[in-house]
Amino acid sequence: MAIRERLSGNEAVAYAIKQINPDVMPAFPITPSTEIPQYVATYIANGEIDTEFIHVESEHSAMSATIGASAAGARALTATSSCGMALMWEELYVAASDRLPIVLALVNRALTGPININADHSDSMGARDSGWIQIYAESNQEVYDNFLQAFPIAEHPDVHLPVMICQDGFITSHGVENILLVEDEKVKEFVGEYHPEHFLLNNKEPMAVGPYAVSNYYMETKRAQREAMKNAKKVILEMADKFEKLTGRKYSFFEEYKMEDAEYAVVIIGSAAGTCKAAIDHIRETTGKKVGLVKIRVFRPFPEEELAEALKDMKAIAVMDRSEMFSATSGPLGAEVRAALYQAKSNAEVVNYFYGLGGRDITVEDFQQVYANLEVMAETHEVKGMYDYIGLREK
Amino acid sequence: MKSIDINEKSPWQDITEGNKIFESATSRNFCTGEWRTATPEFHIEKCKQCLLCAPVCPDSSIPVKDGKRGEFDYDHCKGCGICAKVCPFGAITMREGK
Repeated sequence: MAIRERLSGNEAVAYAIKQINPDVMPAFPITPSTEIPQYVATYIANGEIDTEFIHVESEHSAMSATIGASAAGARALTATSSCGMALMWEELYVAASDRLPIVLALVNRALTGPININADHSDSMGARDSGWIQIYAESNQEVYDNFLQAFPIAEHPDVHLPVMICQDGFITSHGVENILLVEDEKVKEFVGEYHPEHFLLNNKEPMAVGPYAVSNYYMETKRAQREAMKNAKKVILEMADKFEKLTGRKYSFFEEYKMEDAEYAVVIIGSAAGTCKAAIDHIRETTGKKVGLVKIRVFRPFPEEELAEALKDMKAIAVMDRSEMFSATSGPLGAEVRAALYQAKSNAEVVNYFYGLGGRDITVEDFQQVYANLEVMAETHEVKGMYDYIGLREK
Repeated sequence: MKSIDINEKSPWQDITEGNKIFESATSRNFCTGEWRTATPEFHIEKCKQCLLCAPVCPDSSIPVKDGKRGEFDYDHCKGCGICAKVCPFGAITMREGK
C-alpha cells in the first residue's frame, strides 16, 4: 500500500532522494531550492542515508563536483534554482556531452534582471539547448513521481544523459499537498543499483573523460548526443509504463485533459495547468464548450510529432509561455509548438501568450478569457493579440 | 574501440560515447612535435650527464636510460626551450624552425 503523506514539493524531492540513497550530492543553497539539500543533509546527519554531501562554494563547483563524482562512477545529483543554474551553465553542457547520468532537481525561478525569487521558467528554458532531458511537473505528486523515474532514464545504456526534474518555485516547492509515496523497498527495486560499465575509479580499465575534440570530431560527438536524445523518447515511455505498473499513475510526454472531443486547446507547462483544468471544468459545466488542455511534461526531448497529432483537430490553440526569450516574437514553447504544427500542416489558428513571469499569478478567469479569445480567432480566422502578456497592466 | 582506431574518417557511430578514452598513455599517438617552431639541439660532447634537463621537460621528451640522457623525442617535443635554459654547460641550444 502506498504511504499517504502531506508534503511540499521540496520535501517530496528530498524524500525521493532519501529513498534512492544516491552516492554523492554536492550542493549550494539558493531560494527556492535550498530546502532540498537542507533536508538531505538532515537525513545524512541522522544516519538515515549514507550519501556523501559535498559543501561547495558555488553552483559552478556544485555541478563540477557532481560531474566529477558521476565520472568516477557514483550516482550523483544536485539541486538548484535560477541564478544558481546560470552559474552552472558551462558545466551543464559538459555533463551532457560527457554523457553522464546526473540528475538535477531544479526548482524553477525567474532569472535575475530585475532580481526576483518567484516562479517562472526562464532558468530551465535558457538551458533547453544544453543537452539535458527536461521533465516538468504540475503538482508535488508529479515532481516526486518524475524524480523516481529520473535515474532509470538517465542511466539507461541507450541514453546516458543528464536529467533535469523541474517544478515551479514556491507554487509546488513550498506548497503542501496530499501525496502518495511509494514504499522504500519498491523504490529501491524500481530505481535499482547503479553499476556503470565505465568509470574513472575502475583500476582495471584506465580511462579519460572529457577530452578536447577538434572540429574533426566535435560534430560527430554532437550527432551522437542527438541520437541519445532520440533514444530517450523510447526510454521515457518505457519507464512511465513501468512506473504505472508500480503505482497506477500514468505518465507520458504530455497529459491530455478533456482533449477527446476538444476544439480549443491550451498548451502549457507546469503548475498553472491546474488552474487551467479548473477553468476547463467550469467552461464545460456552464457552457458545454469543447475546451481542453495539453500539459507538457517532457520538453527535452521535444515530442514534436506526438504533439502535432494531439492538436491536429483543434480549431484554435493558445500556447502559453512562462518565460521570455526576447526574439520579439514567440516564447520558447510557442516557437516549438507552432513549428510542430506547421510541419504537420495543421490548419488551427495559433496564438502565443506570455504569463506568470516572475511569479505573476494567473487565474481561472484568465484562462476563461484565453478560451473566449480562441473561439473568436477560430470564427474570424484572424489571430489578434499574438504574443500578448496575460495579466499585464497596460494603458 | 581503441582510440588509435578512431580517426578523421570515423563515422559518428564509431566515436566513443562522450569521447571517452578507455586506455592510458594515448598521448604517445598524438605527435605534438608538429607544433614546434623552435627546436632544441643536443651537443653530446658538452653534456656532463647532470640530468637537470630531463625532469624539467613538460613533455617527457628527453629519454633517460641507465643514468644517461639520449636524443630528443622530436615527435613530442614542442620546442619550449626550458631544457636549453636549464643546461649549465651549453649542451642544448635552440634553433629556429622544426
